[in-house]
Amino acid sequence: MNKNDEELFVLISGRSTRQGTSLNESKFSKEYIEETGVVQICPEDMARLGLVAGDIVCLRADQRSINIPCVASKEKELPSGLLFMAYGDWSSRLMGSDTHGTGMPNSKGTDVFLSKVCSSKTD
Amino acid sequence: MSITFIKGGKVYDPVNGVNGEIRDIWIKDGKIIPPPVDPAESPQKVIDATGRIIMPGGVDMHCHIAGPKVNLARKMRPEDKRHAPHVSRTSLTRSGTIGSVPSTFATGYLYAGLGYTTAFDAAVPPLSARHAHEELQDTPIIDKGFFLLLGNNHYALQQIAANDPEKLRSFTSWLLESAKGYAIKLVNPGGVEVWKSGGAKICEIDEDIGHFKCTPRQIIKGLSQTAMDIGLPHPVHIHCNNLGIPGNWRTTLSTMDALEGRRAHLTHIQFHSYGGEPDDQGKFCSKVQELSDFVNSHPEVTVDVGQVLFGETTSMTGDGPLGYYLHKVTGRKWTSADTEMEAGCGIVPMVYKEKSFVNALQWAIGLEWYLLVKDPWQIAMSTDHPNGGSFLAYPEIIQLLMDRNYRREVLKRVHPRVLERSCLKDLDREYTLNEIAIITRAGPARMLGLKNKGHLGVGADGDITIYNESSNILAMFELPFMVIKYGKVVVEKSEIRLQVPGNTLHVSPSFDDGLVGDIRKWFESYYTIQFENYPVTADYLSGGGTMIPCSKK
Amino acid sequence: MQNELKVVSNATCTFCGCVCDDIELTVEGTHITKAKNACVLGKAWFLNHQGGDGPAARIRGKESTVEEAVEEAARILVNARFPIIYGLSDTTCEAQRIAVAIADWVGASVDTTTSVCHGPSGMAFQGVGEITCSLGEVRNRADLVIFWGSNPAESHPRHWGRYSTMPKGLFVPNGRKDRTVVLVDVRRTKSAPAADIFLQIKPRKDFEVLWMLRALVKGIPIQESDLADTGVTLEQLQNLVDKMKACKFGVLFFGMGLSMTRGKHLNVEAALALARDLNAFTRFYANPMRGHGNVTGADNVVSWQTGYPFGVNLGRGYPRFNPGEFTTTDTLARKEADAAMIIASDPMGNFSQEAREHLQGIPFIALDTKETSTTRAAAVSFTTATYGINVPGTVYRMDDVPIPLRPAFESPYPSDEKILHALEKKVLQLLREKLQAAN
Repeated sequence: MNKNDEELFVLISGRSTRQGTSLNESKFSKEYIEETGVVQICPEDMARLGLVAGDIVCLRADQRSINIPCVASKEKELPSGLLFMAYGDWSSRLMGSDTHGTGMPNSKGTDVFLSKVCSSKTD
Repeated sequence: MSITFIKGGKVYDPVNGVNGEIRDIWIKDGKIIPPPVDPAESPQKVIDATGRIIMPGGVDMHCHIAGPKVNLARKMRPEDKRHAPHVSRTSLTRSGTIGSVPSTFATGYLYAGLGYTTAFDAAVPPLSARHAHEELQDTPIIDKGFFLLLGNNHYALQQIAANDPEKLRSFTSWLLESAKGYAIKLVNPGGVEVWKSGGAKICEIDEDIGHFKCTPRQIIKGLSQTAMDIGLPHPVHIHCNNLGIPGNWRTTLSTMDALEGRRAHLTHIQFHSYGGEPDDQGKFCSKVQELSDFVNSHPEVTVDVGQVLFGETTSMTGDGPLGYYLHKVTGRKWTSADTEMEAGCGIVPMVYKEKSFVNALQWAIGLEWYLLVKDPWQIAMSTDHPNGGSFLAYPEIIQLLMDRNYRREVLKRVHPRVLERSCLKDLDREYTLNEIAIITRAGPARMLGLKNKGHLGVGADGDITIYNESSNILAMFELPFMVIKYGKVVVEKSEIRLQVPGNTLHVSPSFDDGLVGDIRKWFESYYTIQFENYPVTADYLSGGGTMIPCSKK
Repeated sequence: MQNELKVVSNATCTFCGCVCDDIELTVEGTHITKAKNACVLGKAWFLNHQGGDGPAARIRGKESTVEEAVEEAARILVNARFPIIYGLSDTTCEAQRIAVAIADWVGASVDTTTSVCHGPSGMAFQGVGEITCSLGEVRNRADLVIFWGSNPAESHPRHWGRYSTMPKGLFVPNGRKDRTVVLVDVRRTKSAPAADIFLQIKPRKDFEVLWMLRALVKGIPIQESDLADTGVTLEQLQNLVDKMKACKFGVLFFGMGLSMTRGKHLNVEAALALARDLNAFTRFYANPMRGHGNVTGADNVVSWQTGYPFGVNLGRGYPRFNPGEFTTTDTLARKEADAAMIIASDPMGNFSQEAREHLQGIPFIALDTKETSTTRAAAVSFTTATYGINVPGTVYRMDDVPIPLRPAFESPYPSDEKILHALEKKVLQLLREKLQAAN
């Protein structure tokens, strides 16, 4: 993937065990920040896009965007085209505020554009 | 020490044989006292009731005002409240919504505003007792309590099948104590369990309840006897099988027979008095005559009516299969909520229409009941709130009972076939104020075994309603002049003047500790909460609670 | 006295909606050293519990007494034109009841974290009703258990063992062997290996798949082409429908995969309607997988006091309900609220940017057991004791079953209930003074 090339993905945010356990210590704990501050991509998409664990990617939804390290998901957990983030500060930053009359913004299954920012090696 | 003196009112106190006589009433520290002889005991508050009517505070013995199904109905029906009047916040009182299922604070204010000072929720699963108590704590002013669902409780069914009255009695006592409940309620005895087990419905009271090897008749016999053996203030409270089904009057009569002379209360009897065939609306007719004959010759049996009123309301019941039936009949949204080992629940929005033959006949059947039961002490006013209509409709019912011309006017508006299927047009009886006082307070208090309520004798609770005497019956009963709770003015000119918490009334029967081990073993095999976390502690009782003693055997 | 060893039996874990009440805690002074029966999340909840270590109260970042902070908080609420009260899912019903009272007195909007988890499920319930049951019914009767858009292995680890798939029950004496377990999700989550059948559907196709299932249940023929882009085949669905109709007691547990995805309440309506329709053939139920320990209690309290479950506005002196209008994301992002009280929740850490920005700009009060982005940005913040660990009270399990709490040890901090009680008193006093001044 070249810099500034964007590809459309669908992002799911959700609970994970580690997000849950580290929450009890503090939302400022290293573990919580690590767990919620990373996006999971399926290994095939990682390979196809030339990404390795630790590379920083940009996720953009409408005008909102975050730069975040990526990591390959466990085998088969994600199909191609789907991203996962443990629910937290970072995933919420991509969420819009339109609730379509429900009070609930779309926070699972949202369209995001992914692009590569920099690789972990050169960082 | 605080003394209230109510001067010169026209008093209706049927328990004490006072029928519209001018009397003074003295209340000290919340209780009615004889006129003090010591001049030092001068009243802090004097209320001039000249030209007004005085009755004990109203007692609603069967309504649905607190607990899980009531709250599910609130959650399910925002549309029921949007166009309804609301209760506004004042500097003294909380706001609320009304509709057919008012919010808790509104419930307390509305009952008090109507001159009712006591009300009982009729169906709480023991597992949710804590929830019901929390809501009752937020239902101010009125005294309150609830009946515990037992007619489909697995442990109870097992003891009934095993014919072990000893264990049944201990279990029932333990359950009432654990839940801080007031009475035993049967809802479609055995039939809810059949539904929960995937069966259709129970048709006859001698049918076996599948895996439990007992019948509705045995449940009715067993638990009516248990209530008497424990000495509960209120006898077994029965919602019969086959509610709402044409032809169900036979089931109701069989239920009455199954009592074999034991004391019992049959609730919302209107819904159980239908002739005809289950699948043929054309033959639908009233069977009140036949059933009221039984009641008239069996003083140990009491009923409340469950009057239907025209308009929009919500059906809510512990009768799970009934919820499904109503959903199929009305096609409207349906909530069902089953409780492990204990109970079911069904909630469906309802509209009763004047021009519907079925609805109009239901309306007429309710009125027939009031007019055909000879002894008013055997019949209590109820709408089975909100099932037949809101408790706010009680003044309307009073008008229908006290004014036959008004009754006939309404009868002219409703579906014409009612004239041939009901004897209502032929009933001339008009209730007197004394009889109204019986069916709205004195009678229900007596049926509930509340010795300090429903009358104005010395020692009674100072719960009093003062009405403006008027030929406009509706206005008189809709807007009492003043309502007094434990001697304090809580409502004046239809405004809340004082927010007291109101007490939760409960029983605390003793039981054989030796049998708790067996209950525990059963409990731990099937429930999903810990045995120790099941009992409700006394701090959940509104106003600190009032324990009503069981009578000694 | 120090480090006296104590065992608390039948303690209740309030970390997730399972609200397991069979925890045996070993307590040494102010530390819980063992939490027998707890799952990985519960162990973290009890053992890694970090009570706050800062002051009990702060006003604009500076330490203050609780009394001063209560007074400042009351002033903020009473002087606001559109105050909002939000959070409430991680505190006791006793505290929730007072919070709604305060909202009533000051004419606030009151909303709970329900609005950003199963709020849409609440709306769906209002649309079609709900056929539901307590978890013990599932334990004793269920022979078909479906999880849809939920990952209990990570979010509710003991759900299977205690309630839904493993336990032996009255009519399922062999436990797991007597049950068929189905998982439907867009990801092959850690829950998938535990299921007998896993249907991996395409993202945002929940509604379509549920609707096709409804059609099949009703015997309406559908074509393979109707399922294009859903990720499942007609054969898979027909097979599932056969199982649903043939079971004795089926239950569909649905998670936020339905309520948080485009379609939201319509997705959940489809699930609720499917379960309802199946009652023409058998007993079938649908239950939400609720997240926070007492979010179900919050729904109940707000409902019994106002008549509506969440997103309630009391600004006109009586309750009005309108999701999207009175829900917190909306009142913040539209810049309507001019003051707030956040109880046991962290909107500065999990709301949309627009909502966070507006919240940061208005005076608000925060109550939490530990420091969060929200407490840091608050005008007045209270450190409070933790419910279930330090504070007794009532919580409601995800199936509406109320359960008491048995605290392990006392906290140096006051409870939410205590703070809110003092705040209510102060608010009423200020309102009286305001009224007198106006007259």
